[in-house]
Amino acid sequence: MNGVEGFMYPNEIALQWSVLIVLYPFITGLVAGAFILASLERVFQVDAVKPTYRLALLTALAFLLDAPLPLVLHLGHPFRSPEMYFTPHSTSAMAMFGYVYLWYLMAVLVLEIWLDYRREIVRWSQQSKGILRLVYKVMTLGSCNISERSLAIDERVGWIITLIGIPSAFMLHGYVGFIFGSIKANPWWSSPLMPVVFIFSAMVSGIAAVMLLYMGLTKLRGYKIDIRCVDTIAMYLFYIFIIDFSLEMLDLIHRIYEADESFRSLNFLVHTQLYIPHILIQICLGTLTPLILLFLTQVVKLPEIVRKRMYAIAGSLALVGIFAMRWNVVIGGQLFSKSFLGFTTYKMTLVTREGLLAAIALTILPLIFLWILVKLLPPWTEKNEHEAIAAD
Amino acid sequence: MNLSRRQMLILLPAAAVAWKSVLAGTPEDSPNYKMSEHWWGMLIDIPKCIGCGNCVRACQTENDVPDGNFRTWVERYHVTDGDMVSPQVISPDGGKEGFPVVQEDAGKYFFVPKLCNHCADSPCTQVCPVGATFVTPDGVVMVDPKYCLGCAYCVQACPYGCRYIHPEKKVADKCTLCYHRITKGLTTACCEACPTGARQLVDLKNPKDPIHEFLKTHSVQVLKPQMATGAKVYYNDLDGSVR
Repeated sequence: MNGVEGFMYPNEIALQWSVLIVLYPFITGLVAGAFILASLERVFQVDAVKPTYRLALLTALAFLLDAPLPLVLHLGHPFRSPEMYFTPHSTSAMAMFGYVYLWYLMAVLVLEIWLDYRREIVRWSQQSKGILRLVYKVMTLGSCNISERSLAIDERVGWIITLIGIPSAFMLHGYVGFIFGSIKANPWWSSPLMPVVFIFSAMVSGIAAVMLLYMGLTKLRGYKIDIRCVDTIAMYLFYIFIIDFSLEMLDLIHRIYEADESFRSLNFLVHTQLYIPHILIQICLGTLTPLILLFLTQVVKLPEIVRKRMYAIAGSLALVGIFAMRWNVVIGGQLFSKSFLGFTTYKMTLVTREGLLAAIALTILPLIFLWILVKLLPPWTEKNEHEAIAAD
Repeated sequence: MNLSRRQMLILLPAAAVAWKSVLAGTPEDSPNYKMSEHWWGMLIDIPKCIGCGNCVRACQTENDVPDGNFRTWVERYHVTDGDMVSPQVISPDGGKEGFPVVQEDAGKYFFVPKLCNHCADSPCTQVCPVGATFVTPDGVVMVDPKYCLGCAYCVQACPYGCRYIHPEKKVADKCTLCYHRITKGLTTACCEACPTGARQLVDLKNPKDPIHEFLKTHSVQVLKPQMATGAKVYYNDLDGSVR
């Protein structure tokens, strides 16, 4: 009956959370990860990643603007969603989303980008013509003082905001993990490790995405990729990936060893319906393969061109792996009955509000946002590019 | 009566608000009902259940439950040789039309009616982002359909699978313990329809309710006690294989 195997409680047969809810943690993860990469340069003074600093911030903003859309689109009554701001339920993890999101968007990301670009915005507002001039004028927010002292204050405030931004990024994505990890009714989700796993996997996906965007956009613009920069990013990606994989394996081993009442059911699921997305795509293709590639780049002296290709493959596979992880958490967690006696199947629709086309559109949308942001606020600093060309 | 434009501008919004409250109607009257004097639950006497499905049908009629979803349903367990881990369970169409005749004699068969457990510490109300689902002062877990976002977080949080998203209203829906009936001194539709008295509405705050004597003298259990939800649907003679 309806793709059901064994016994499901009758209300459990249809899945409540679709591919859109898979996208949501994937997108917020990219935001958090991209911001952490930006903070490496700003707070931890890792100069090598400087060429990606602004691009990472813009990437975080582009994906953050997209992040609430899958959630709102999924709601039965999207127009009631502002109630989460006006009458939040204090015991609900989900109710905090609105506040965490607004805090991160307005108090951290937008402010930091504005402070970092203020000098250029003022300059552009004077040099541009037509509608762009008006746009930049509005973006100055009436603050046109670009004296040495004023810029020094911008720098100082920007540093403090980044410092606040790091725990905020952790909060943004850690809380997404908590939404799942705190559901005691669902043993696939219920784990105190869930927020930590989400944070580290977010860092992996965000860093990989910015690395790929930097490499792709630099190539497209006809400039030389700063190999020192991508080498450093790949090194961080490798170490964070190891922590992420270790945490996930710890969770897995713990489940296997404890083998509680849900184990038989979950074990069956992992060996049947989730075998391809979990074992093959998430673990083998999306985790072990990029880890081996990154490991080789760390221990073997490889030519620059080979390293770059390996980074591109490892980064792309890491993104596939993290998306598969989100899929396995969200969809996998709804495929078994809470009676542990049966399984259902997920049938993705194509042209519906929560279908495949909507998901594809919401995946492309942040790239359009990013394109607009990059056009409006070019992240390339001439100094960096001259250095890169000089190094060529 | 001459009304100036200014007076019209003041009166029109006031009239709109008044009309909205007229449309909203007034809550049903239950003049003698005091919420603070009740604490509702239910007793399910498993040996008495014959799996006729009357309760499921009565619930669906009384509460206009959409096809394919259930505020209450009945499961039939088949446990062989003390195999507590993997009992054979069926609930065709929620047991609404009863169950097929048993073919195999080995092992034991019994019916388990299910419904919202109206938990005192309910995980579903805990997770609702706007407080659209709540526990009433008399112990009934309810959903405000005019406030629910339809996010389905409560559906995920219920350990018993008792909630669903209403396919037309797009909000969470569940058993209300026939609140519209019990506040008028009636029993629930499912209890009324049960031919054997396997379902009994109980008021734990009423000292005269026979439930107190029953709980003292019978082996009674709630579903999934390890979830610590404060479930108030009590099962008499519950087999260990039931989940």
